[in-house]
Amino acid sequence: MARYFTEEHEWIDVVGDLGTVGITDYAQGQLGDITFVDLPEEGASFAKGDSACVVDSVKAASDVYTPVSGTVSAVNGALSDAPELVNEDAEQGGWLFRLTLSDAAELDGLMDEAAYKDFIKGL
Amino acid sequence: MSEANDNIDEDAVEVLTLPLDAWHRDKGGRMVEFAGYWMPVQYEGIIAEHLWTRENAGLFDVSHMGQLLLSGEGLEAAVEAVLPIDLSTLKLGQQRYSLLLDEEGGVLDDLMVQRWPDKLYMVVNGATKWDDIGTLREALPDEVTINHLDEQALLALQGPKASAALERHAPGVSALTFMKLGHFTIAGHPATISRSGYTGEDGFEISIPAEAAAEVAGLLCGEPEVKPIGLGARDSLRLEAGLPLYGHDLGPDTSPIEAGLIFGINKRRRAEGGFPGAERIQRELAEGTARRWVGLALEGRQAAREGAEVYAGGELVGKLTSGGFSPSLNHPIATAYVASEFAAEGTAVEIDVRGKRLPARVVPMPFVPHRYHR
Repeated sequence: MARYFTEEHEWIDVVGDLGTVGITDYAQGQLGDITFVDLPEEGASFAKGDSACVVDSVKAASDVYTPVSGTVSAVNGALSDAPELVNEDAEQGGWLFRLTLSDAAELDGLMDEAAYKDFIKGL
Repeated sequence: MSEANDNIDEDAVEVLTLPLDAWHRDKGGRMVEFAGYWMPVQYEGIIAEHLWTRENAGLFDVSHMGQLLLSGEGLEAAVEAVLPIDLSTLKLGQQRYSLLLDEEGGVLDDLMVQRWPDKLYMVVNGATKWDDIGTLREALPDEVTINHLDEQALLALQGPKASAALERHAPGVSALTFMKLGHFTIAGHPATISRSGYTGEDGFEISIPAEAAAEVAGLLCGEPEVKPIGLGARDSLRLEAGLPLYGHDLGPDTSPIEAGLIFGINKRRRAEGGFPGAERIQRELAEGTARRWVGLALEGRQAAREGAEVYAGGELVGKLTSGGFSPSLNHPIATAYVASEFAAEGTAVEIDVRGKRLPARVVPMPFVPHRYHR
């Protein structure tokens, strides 16, 4: 499994052609208390950079962009009852949705964990 | 990921610091730009801070707001020509809510007026204070002096335990009732304290010299009931309290009658007029308004934000001016201007959020009952 990061603070774990997407721990910290997650429909297709999901905090609504193109194969239903899981465990249990990748080559443009850590240090 | 909607002032050219800047950072406050200043948006988290204030006491730094002291010959008549206030009923030691209106009856600001010996003291919004000073300077005769107290900090201590905590540092303050004020000392520093605030809770607003701000804030937060609270919870608290926010719920394009702020225009002045915009105010009082500011309760957990459109049976009937998740009620709430025929309590509407229609209904405000100490 490989994990990639975007400059928009999403992460994606990739196994074969299946990717699991969430927002980073840094991002959940910036958003504060998350009160609702508007998950995508299973089967919906998105191009890299599309808004696939909206995370509501007390303060604001924020788009989550798909790091790569693909079709939604699953969503994290646990977030319907417990959106605060994104605050508590953003990079594991608070994952948002799974994608079947349509172009794995798009992963090449993303950051690895070390690069992302450097990136947020500069913010 | 990106924030689609927040209240950060993006037009600020130079961000200024307030007397408690270092204090907030030391306390772990996350600082954002607001009304041209660095301000703490949160410390431990908005929901925790919000609920703490409702159950205990929260200390808010509102030093970005403008504090003005007006004095001089002919002060009373001059101020009544600018504000729809009845100063004959504002006694020494009392505070009242008033409105700065333009000639068309639009709201330039909402403000507090206090009666001091031979003087009137005002608290105006931070983002509008420079415009307010200009408007007042132009409208008032030269005999009236406007002193901008920019060397004063302003703290708000809000919540059911505020009185007990403040009494230890300003003996006698607990005897004040809602909208009354007095001059006290805290740790030897002069402090003008009014029993007021903008959270719906019992509480106080405390004007102190800037150089005393960190010491006073430290003393108050040393009390077991008190924690520092950021702007994020201040906004969710005032929304639950059904209190309008200038620049969002109020502005030059809204009239105070549409906003339900009739109480901000004193009875004698409603009848007599003689203030900017009086003609429109009197007409709207007699005939009603085409739209009204209402509270909305949303089903589910997804919040709707400022700017979202309100629909009734497919017809566009209004627009949200505030909206967010209510930590006390555990569901989203919002305020909107809607066509008057859809303003009745219980009216079912839909709010458009990114193409999705969220069901909501008109509910009375405040959303959470006020607990003022009357």
